[in-house]
Amino acid sequence: MTQQRITVDERILMCGNEALAEAAIIAGCDAYFGYPITPQNEITAYMSRRMPEEGRVFVQSESELAAINMVFGASATGKRTMTSSSSPGISLMQEGISYLAGAELPAVIVNVMRGGPGLGNIAPSQGDYFQATRGGGHGDYRTIVLGPSTVQELVDCMPLAFDLADQYQIPVVVLADGILGQMMEPIVFNKKPRRSLPPKDWALTGAKDREQNIVRSLWLPEGSLEKHNYKLQAKYEQVQKNEVICEQYQIDDAEIVVIAYGVAARIVRSAVNQARKEGIKAGLIRPITLWPFPTEQIVKAADELSIFLVVEMSMGQMVEDVKLAVAGKVPVVFYGRAGGGVPTVDQVMERIKQLTIPVKKQ
Amino acid sequence: MKTIFERTPTLKDCPTHYCPGCGHGIAHRLIAETIDELGIHDRTIGIAPVGCAVLEYNYIDVDMVEVAHGRAPAVATGMKRTNPDKIIFSYQGDGDLAAIGTGEIIHAAHRGEQITVIFINNAVFGMTGGQMAPTTVLGQVTATTQKGREAANEGYPLQVSELLALLPGAIYVERCALSSPAQIRKAKKAVKHAFELQLNGVQGLSLVELLSSCPTYWRMTPVKAMEWIENEMTKVFPLGRLKG
Repeated sequence: MTQQRITVDERILMCGNEALAEAAIIAGCDAYFGYPITPQNEITAYMSRRMPEEGRVFVQSESELAAINMVFGASATGKRTMTSSSSPGISLMQEGISYLAGAELPAVIVNVMRGGPGLGNIAPSQGDYFQATRGGGHGDYRTIVLGPSTVQELVDCMPLAFDLADQYQIPVVVLADGILGQMMEPIVFNKKPRRSLPPKDWALTGAKDREQNIVRSLWLPEGSLEKHNYKLQAKYEQVQKNEVICEQYQIDDAEIVVIAYGVAARIVRSAVNQARKEGIKAGLIRPITLWPFPTEQIVKAADELSIFLVVEMSMGQMVEDVKLAVAGKVPVVFYGRAGGGVPTVDQVMERIKQLTIPVKKQ
Repeated sequence: MKTIFERTPTLKDCPTHYCPGCGHGIAHRLIAETIDELGIHDRTIGIAPVGCAVLEYNYIDVDMVEVAHGRAPAVATGMKRTNPDKIIFSYQGDGDLAAIGTGEIIHAAHRGEQITVIFINNAVFGMTGGQMAPTTVLGQVTATTQKGREAANEGYPLQVSELLALLPGAIYVERCALSSPAQIRKAKKAVKHAFELQLNGVQGLSLVELLSSCPTYWRMTPVKAMEWIENEMTKVFPLGRLKG
């Protein structure tokens, strides 16, 4: 276990799981609740040591169901709080995430994805994209989903996740995977200025000199739940309008653009560089917010292009959002591997060549 | 005219949605009186369950949260650990605490969470229409045991308080009944003691089980329901202090 001295604004080497945990502490996380599951156990172990050192709360829960409800409790009192897990554990948390969304409580949930379905395996995967970006639990709701690609970006995602959660009173999912969680990379913890955030006047802090506060997701009188759903929808529209983050790499003159996120996008970036060396004008669009999805950027690119290739570590999930965005304007081709399979640069290159050589012949 | 009894301020002045003869109203009053007598209105946070008491926040005038079925002890854990100066109580029925939330209550007690749990046992699922609860007694007719509960098929009534009393983290466990003025006075003492333990910073979980009437799904008059608590329920769920 890493016990290195944590310094701000200085380059240090850390694995993704521990780095994101420290980044959460720097971001002011008051309480962490979690249950062990591979490949994210370094987060729980790190938090068990560091949170008490900072005078903050760490509880190892009896299940993921309990962990997310502990998060619910701490959040309802206005605290910054998080949990982390991996795919099967995140499935168990869906009940609580739906309640958080319904009750408009902020929370940060880290999913270090592994292979599925079922118990699957402990190898990296991007198989939970649907679950994360469609809400995941019951009811009409969304969570903000961040899909970092490097350990540094994972570190930078944490304060952003807490700020977005507080600003919009919404659960925020940080969607990493087994590679990102386990790999060590040099990182810098930056103390960036916080967003200006609304006061948590809704929090349960004891009804002193004010009316009772109630945190709930039940709306029984006729029409009241529909009204609540419209309120949530208006908030989601604000998120879609204001919070899309997306990297565009070498797309200006590209004849083929590959769309990928997370660790898959790192492989694609290498393939794009390789393609450019071989004279193929390839580019990369990398959604960093998976919800809100960078639909506009993709639509814009579609106007200039003849084809998209989507690469994922799944059997094809984000590709549906790309297809929805381009609405049939250009062909969208998919390449993916699943169950712990990770695409290689050569495999991606092969697809790029297959798709561009016939175009060149014309 | 001298006032000899009045509504305690933390109990809101409004009609409840409970059926005639239901025990929830009595239990709410005991909690509200305790909060006022201990002077903890400004620092108490309550947790409403899924079940008939889901709208408890409409009747008890403190900060309250409504949570998923059975998860109150986990929510309470998150609240108390981050707010040790606040008084946290959960209010849970037998479906909530003894069926779907068995894991959460056992582990909250096991960790010795400094929270107060008011456990309403009326031997039946009320809100969903009178189905069998883990605490339904043998022979009791419910929507899902239409010939009466049989041990061979549905198992025996679950005595959760006895189970919890075994755990070192549970510091106080008592079972009372809301069946007569005398029993209600005993219940009040128990509820108050459970809150006092938390207020005094005694580490561990305190729980009061209240045997409570459900005339609607027992298909009895309110008076008969009170008699059934005393004559039948207490045979399976004996009254008294189990721990502490």
